[in-house]
Amino acid sequence: MIALQRIFAQHADKVSCGDVDDGAEGLVPGELIERLRRTLPAGAVLSRPEELKPYECDALTLYRQMPLAVALPADEAQVIAVLHLCYQAKVPVIARGAGTGLSGGATPRPDAVLLSLARLNRIIGLDPLARTARVQPGVRNLAISEAAAPHGLYYAPDPSSQIACTIGGNVAENSGGVHCLKYGLTVHNLLALRVVTIEGEVLEIGSAAPDSPGYDLLALLTGSEGLLGVVTEVTVRLIPKPQCARVVLAAFDELTKAGKAVADVIGAGIIPAGLEMMDRPTIAAVEPFVHAGYPLEAEAILLCESDGAPAEVEEEILRIESVMRGAGATECRVSRDEGERLRFWAGRKAAFPAMGALSPDYYCMDGSIPRKRLAAVLQAIRQLEGKYQLRCTNVFHAGDGNLHPLILFDSNIADEVARAEAFGSEILELCVREGGSITGEHGVGIEKINQMCVQFGAGELEAFHAVKRAFDEHGLLNPGKAVPTLHRCAEFGRLHVRGGKIPHPQLPRF
Amino acid sequence: MSDLQSLQERIRAAAAARQPLRIRGGGSKDFYGGRLEGELLEVRALSGITHCEPTELVISARAGTPLAELARELATHQQMLAFEPSHFGGRATLGGTVASGLSGPRRAYCGALRDFVLGVEIIDGRGELLRFGGRVIKNVAGFDVSRLMAGSLGTLGLLTEITLKTVPCPRAQCTLRFEMDQPAALESMTRWATRPLPISATAWHEGMLSVRLSGAESAVRAAHEALGGELVAAADAYWEEVTEQRLEFFAATRELWRVSLPAHSPALPVAGPAFMEWGGSLRWLQGPLDGSALRALAARFGGHATLYRTPVRPPEGTFQSLSAAMLMVHKRLKAAFDPIRILNRGRLHPDL
Repeated sequence: MIALQRIFAQHADKVSCGDVDDGAEGLVPGELIERLRRTLPAGAVLSRPEELKPYECDALTLYRQMPLAVALPADEAQVIAVLHLCYQAKVPVIARGAGTGLSGGATPRPDAVLLSLARLNRIIGLDPLARTARVQPGVRNLAISEAAAPHGLYYAPDPSSQIACTIGGNVAENSGGVHCLKYGLTVHNLLALRVVTIEGEVLEIGSAAPDSPGYDLLALLTGSEGLLGVVTEVTVRLIPKPQCARVVLAAFDELTKAGKAVADVIGAGIIPAGLEMMDRPTIAAVEPFVHAGYPLEAEAILLCESDGAPAEVEEEILRIESVMRGAGATECRVSRDEGERLRFWAGRKAAFPAMGALSPDYYCMDGSIPRKRLAAVLQAIRQLEGKYQLRCTNVFHAGDGNLHPLILFDSNIADEVARAEAFGSEILELCVREGGSITGEHGVGIEKINQMCVQFGAGELEAFHAVKRAFDEHGLLNPGKAVPTLHRCAEFGRLHVRGGKIPHPQLPRF
Repeated sequence: MSDLQSLQERIRAAAAARQPLRIRGGGSKDFYGGRLEGELLEVRALSGITHCEPTELVISARAGTPLAELARELATHQQMLAFEPSHFGGRATLGGTVASGLSGPRRAYCGALRDFVLGVEIIDGRGELLRFGGRVIKNVAGFDVSRLMAGSLGTLGLLTEITLKTVPCPRAQCTLRFEMDQPAALESMTRWATRPLPISATAWHEGMLSVRLSGAESAVRAAHEALGGELVAAADAYWEEVTEQRLEFFAATRELWRVSLPAHSPALPVAGPAFMEWGGSLRWLQGPLDGSALRALAARFGGHATLYRTPVRPPEGTFQSLSAAMLMVHKRLKAAFDPIRILNRGRLHPDL
């Protein structure tokens, strides 16, 4: 815990040196809180330390900070009122859903109001014939599928936190899940958004029709990590539930063979509903928990799911099995019934909790790479374990090339937090070198802000800032997250300057 | 000097001289969108596939690459573009296809063009060469500028290279035909869409509904049995005619309206023949029609109407108007990428 505090203290000054416009005169914090209280219903503004404590972090618990206040509006008019007051006072606003984000997108800061959308939790309407659901941002991801189930429909993106995470947060992060290879990310399953800008304007973005006039702001807003606007309503696309699903469990005696099998499945023209990989340490950790009967001697196992009509699934499962054997699988098991299918998946789902038994702390990374580089990157991670003297287990969305290395550490041991962070950074930079990305589905938030300087050049970062200014001139929405200032990249020593020139050299930057 | 550098120089010079530029690939969609303004900036020379990884389901090519070349390359790997774009008589380039954002018959069932854009390289209105997105399926670092480019009609930047996600070709395919009037066709398409059927395209015109099934052999067979209908021979040629708008319906009109509606919208009370696609969400109507009345009608159902093809472009633009708040954001975004407003001025909106 001491180590955590130190990291937090180190980070705190970084958090507070965001890019908020200092020029505007504002209310003193006490006055703003008072005016929020007068504007919102009783109990909708929290400001006492014990009330603020539950909001000090999201699921990236390494970084903790108390917000100035927490506002809990109950409808769009109240959201507008909060934004209006904050805009007038030039006080930053950080939107928050369920706080399950892993990259610190909802990490508070002491000079900002935390805007919780948790009370906007109504399913406004569900149209089974148009296959759409209109929901408020605080509705849980799984609640949408539950509401759609009686009509044989569901909402496809299923991040692992789907029991708790909200659709508003999914939109902010463009969340993925186990099934996005076949069914897409959040961006592929949205039809429309109502968004309130920091100036209090309501934007109706997208529609229930297949397209809309003008720019594709729906794509731009999805995954914008709360920097461009606050979502007050989401219309999602529902799809028919597949009739059945079966899973192939394939074991491999070498990581390289498992990596090749992943590429071979895709190369054979199969788009599985899910294709996940677990390495040996993960298998060993989860088996005592779930008794799934995983082959403990395997270096890696793949779980490959097929869904659809029964005959179609039968056909695809046979092809998957033959590809797996062709790639050198030492063993292939096909789930015989729904119970067995769930058992095969149980270990994958229990992987993160099981790590808790192996190590007091773990750090979950989220890089993406071209699938064909899987084996090479996993080998490189093994080498890094030696360099940092920390263990790292791998359980991830292999079909998407989306790695989730779990770095195991103990925050009570001096310097393990720092080593875990450095290890994580090196993995992300490796992903960029391999032609991938520093984040496949968790977002940049505060966690990966330095690595943005590795993935993007100064010109692209400047373009992101220009997009930000187009929506939020004074930089009041979630400042300091997702897109680093060029100044920060220079400090981090990773400003990637293309052709030896920084864009607009006349502007003061450093 | 490389092709890219000379394009950058050209844009920088145009920006300095405040000279509008009109970006053109194959010129196959000169008819589409608002006015054509400025000096011609040809991109066709910027051609060629730069990266093709069948096991990654990814292809990258320079913007001037003919769509046909891309399709041929993908076909050798039994892959294709899922959104089934029109080749506009063979002249369409990849850049123009992405800039227009137009998708073909599969769109309603497999996703729109923008869903498959993974990365772009652009030159913005200042002449800066910028790269967004990448070549991996999952990438949420930074704002999604790549998808923003889809359908922006070249008003935010000159596309120079594009990476798209590809999909495997279906193993089996067949097309069924049903005699139905418009309300019955709408009703059937809506009902089928709520079931897990491997439908990949629908088209209705003059009392005939065509439904294409694509997927695993067993799935296609089972769906055929479940739906009934008459099996169509040489159906690929029919769907190509739909995609390329070579059917009599499209040839017979000089003014063509494109109406985009939410699923489960009724038949529109508009006189004259209609052609429906995308499960009824896309309606083509022959003009001339009262544009403002049609737009009000489309808006009432939650959709919008585009004057897709017209002999004379109206000054208010060919697309449905934007709300004041949306127009403000559009103007600011335009200014972020093209502050002097030299790229395809007026093509997407008179004020952009």
